[in-house]
Amino acid sequence: MAAPDILELRDIRKSYAGKAAVDGVSFRVRRNEIVGLLGPNGAGKTTTINMILGVLEPDSGSVAVEGLDLARKRRRAMARTNFAAVYAQLPGNLTVAQNLRVFGLIYGVPRLSQRIDEVIAEFDLARFRDTRCGVLSSGEQTRVCLAKAMLNRPSLLLLDEPTASLDPATARDIRAKIRDFAAASPAGVLWTSHNMHEVAEVCHRVLFLSKGRILLEGDPQTLPAAHGRDNLEDLFIAVARESLRGAA
Amino acid sequence: MRAPAAILLRQFYLMRGSPARLVPLFIWVAVDMLLWGFMSRYLAAIAPRMHFVEALLGAALLWDFFTRVMQGVTMTFFEDVKSRNFLNLFAAPLSVGEYVVGLVLSSIATSLIGLAVIVAIASLVFGLPVLAYGLAAIPFLLILFLFGVALGVAGSAIVMRLGPAAEWLVWPIPALISPLAGVFYPLSALPDWMRMAARAFPPAYVFENLRAIVAGGAPSYVELAAGSALALAYLALAGWLFTFVYGYAVRTGLIARYSAESVS
Repeated sequence: MAAPDILELRDIRKSYAGKAAVDGVSFRVRRNEIVGLLGPNGAGKTTTINMILGVLEPDSGSVAVEGLDLARKRRRAMARTNFAAVYAQLPGNLTVAQNLRVFGLIYGVPRLSQRIDEVIAEFDLARFRDTRCGVLSSGEQTRVCLAKAMLNRPSLLLLDEPTASLDPATARDIRAKIRDFAAASPAGVLWTSHNMHEVAEVCHRVLFLSKGRILLEGDPQTLPAAHGRDNLEDLFIAVARESLRGAA
Repeated sequence: MRAPAAILLRQFYLMRGSPARLVPLFIWVAVDMLLWGFMSRYLAAIAPRMHFVEALLGAALLWDFFTRVMQGVTMTFFEDVKSRNFLNLFAAPLSVGEYVVGLVLSSIATSLIGLAVIVAIASLVFGLPVLAYGLAAIPFLLILFLFGVALGVAGSAIVMRLGPAAEWLVWPIPALISPLAGVFYPLSALPDWMRMAARAFPPAYVFENLRAIVAGGAPSYVELAAGSALALAYLALAGWLFTFVYGYAVRTGLIARYSAESVS
């Protein structure tokens, strides 16, 4: 029997005050695959990610991580998942090492001290090890979040604009690390970003979300041409404008 | 127990790195002990046969323990409120039950520190014979601990539902209960309706029996069992309330976007 996909969303829906934020979204993330979830502000990306993380209950539909239904086996599914998001910084009153230890315990990471050393080295955080996260720059805090996200060697890694506050050199380095991670481990990555060059560079497949629905799906290298656009950014702008026109 | 231990460890790190968090664990209860200690000593000098040290200072000690237990739970919860940590915590393999156990473990640690300090002051400075309460001290502490945890968990649920500003609804809860708990006077001093209402609060059973022991009588273990059962009922109710509010927060997205700006 084939191993289940890393992530499977089936027809998930979520409404607020009768207005659909996510309206029947279904997709899969396979092993070794990086999938870009794209869309203008308010398209439903973060709502979708929150439902995958189990912090927002869908009105209907299902989310499964490696075949584990989130509604029934949340703990086991979350133990195989991790995330980093610009709006979810780690507590600023703990040091980098303290935060990693606390979250390492929560995620049940084996040989935690060794693993903390590894992710601190991987994300170039050694000199900030005993520094409180609150005094780090936003880029440094993002690297700490990424270190936390890699602590448990997740099968499913969710990254919500992971490079938004990083300088170009660090962002390139992080993209390379995530690509290597997806290639070397039996993991899948769901990545949201407004940087289309980055998405084209990193993602194997992209999903365009607009008004809570997936409008387009495909290879970021071939999708723009298939829709008469020069590049992914032009395609994004076209989809976003269409979305705004529809909303008006 | 790894996940609850993580919550406890987080509190340890915060205490170790911040005197502003460490000092309040004992400073206010220590001041309270001094206040009630001198008051008891003064009253004992006026009326030596009234056992004021045992009655008043003992009651103040137990009441301070109760408030420390409640605040131990809420203070730990408020750390996550203030650091906007709910998304990181609840998107992890952490159940609501484990989180609440983590809050309680933190409360046990912090309230024991406070208890040690107030027992030391009460016994060493004011000569409170803490062993004079005998075995009854165990249900006294147990009832107050359970009820303190229950109020702490319920207070945390209120703040989760109504937002960080609701913190100010939670702090005064012990003061609101104290007239009915009969901490410093017998329930017979209350009007009938208040006396009946007092029976709904577990601490009333503790302080009535404390006075009975001080007056040379025996504690009523039936009453203490009733107080324990009531405290357990409050604890179950508080656990249900927290789980209910958490469920609401997950359905509405409150957990994911919890902040002072998004709630209340």
